[in-house]
Amino acid sequence: MAEKPFRILPRVTGENEHFWCGGREGELRFLRCQPCGTYVHPPAPLCPDCLGKDLQVEAVSGRASVLTFTLNHHPWVPAADHPYAIAIVEIDEQPGLRLMTNIVGCPAESVHVGMRVRAVFEEHEDVFVPLFTPEGA
Amino acid sequence: MKGEDLARNRAAITGVGYTPLSRDSGLGVEALALQASLSAIRDAGLAPRDIDGVVSYGVGDSAQVRSVAQALGLEASNWYADLYGGGSFSCLSVANAAMAVALGLCRHVLVYRALNGRSGRRLGRSTSAAMEAVGGAEQFSVPFGQLAPVQSYGMLARRHMIDYGTTTEHFGHVAVTLRANAVRNERAIMRKAITLEDHRESRWIAEPFRLLDCCQETDGACALVVSRSEIARDLPHPPAHVSSFAMGGSGASALSPDKVDDFTTFFPAHIAPGLYARAGIEVGDIDLAALYDAFTFLIIGQLEDFGFCEKGEGGPFVADGQITPEGSIPVGTNGGLLSEGYVHGLNNVLEAVSQLRGDAGVRQLESVEVALASGWGANVGSALVLSR
Repeated sequence: MAEKPFRILPRVTGENEHFWCGGREGELRFLRCQPCGTYVHPPAPLCPDCLGKDLQVEAVSGRASVLTFTLNHHPWVPAADHPYAIAIVEIDEQPGLRLMTNIVGCPAESVHVGMRVRAVFEEHEDVFVPLFTPEGA
Repeated sequence: MKGEDLARNRAAITGVGYTPLSRDSGLGVEALALQASLSAIRDAGLAPRDIDGVVSYGVGDSAQVRSVAQALGLEASNWYADLYGGGSFSCLSVANAAMAVALGLCRHVLVYRALNGRSGRRLGRSTSAAMEAVGGAEQFSVPFGQLAPVQSYGMLARRHMIDYGTTTEHFGHVAVTLRANAVRNERAIMRKAITLEDHRESRWIAEPFRLLDCCQETDGACALVVSRSEIARDLPHPPAHVSSFAMGGSGASALSPDKVDDFTTFFPAHIAPGLYARAGIEVGDIDLAALYDAFTFLIIGQLEDFGFCEKGEGGPFVADGQITPEGSIPVGTNGGLLSEGYVHGLNNVLEAVSQLRGDAGVRQLESVEVALASGWGANVGSALVLSR
């Protein structure tokens, strides 16, 4: 995959800025419910576990495992590199804390379920897209 | 939650209609909707003035209910529902009409779906063509190149392969079976038989799905009429009674991975017990399964979770020929969305009606008393039990 493939970017707002801009400091950040400790993603006004309202931004380790993936071959977007790996990863800190992402920094064909990965960030001006790369890479 | 059977057999499908299915209709969606609707109304032995409710669904790509009602010259309607939704809404739309009928609001409700899915707005293209920054739920998928359902369902299929040993060859058996059915269907877009080798050699779209795992981008429309059962008996065709319906599911969607407990348990696991109980049937009573088949694997997943085979056994089950017309539970006798065409799932409901009536011609199964139809999108789905 090229250094910066084609991307449709997210619209940054006050509600999602911690997630999309945390990469500026190299951090993968989520809202976390202060009373019960649950990480909440996508960003929401209430904790789905305890309905608490006191949610604060906290960083996690960025370590994760691949739960499932697809290698996309079809050129939906002519500028993108193919094949590319879209994966769902689960963040180490909490079962169920999952993201859709791309696995980069390795041949797409080497991506597999259970693969250990860590977060890296792809900078697009004010947006830092969290991608994942093999743990040892 | 089983619910009560207040709606059981209170409504029936009494008329069906299609436009030709093609790659380039040359018509607007309003004209397609009108053509299919008039055909369904005539098939029911009715005139447009008999229709007193209209239901449709779409994703901004169909004819609006009010414009179709106006074009049909409907003077009064007790029930207009223009539902915004995709594949999971095919059976929901019929259920919505059946509820309006069962509650006494309407006598005859028209249901249609029209789209120019090939010559008009194509999946995966609208998003990428816009190339604007995305918000809402899409911000967590689109930036990663998740642009079409084939990719998210591909991730669910992948997980099923890992957990249960399902193979791409199993997908191939589904593709080959449904194509063989389409060969016998004059309406089908794809009528050339295929082999497992053809499937294996077709190009990757989003692994583990190849081209022949995907449904047909289609231009066309279909429509049906849902009538009160006591009136239905006096109409020309044997009524297909709506014995029960359901719409639901869990969080099992690759598009909202944070909500998923289990990537390989799908919506039927949640709705089938109530669906069968309200219809007063068991899974073994079902003679035909018109399952939503946007991708081959979706049939495998639904066979398991509707209870036609054990969990994880869907792959071997299809490889064993169990979904062919001669098998224990025929699926996609019209060729399905994979080979007849993709009218967003509603065409599969029409095939179930035709099989129940006994007018499916060379495709007719021996004896169809009870049929199951389904629709699936993201994490939820809808289903109907239809009975003769």
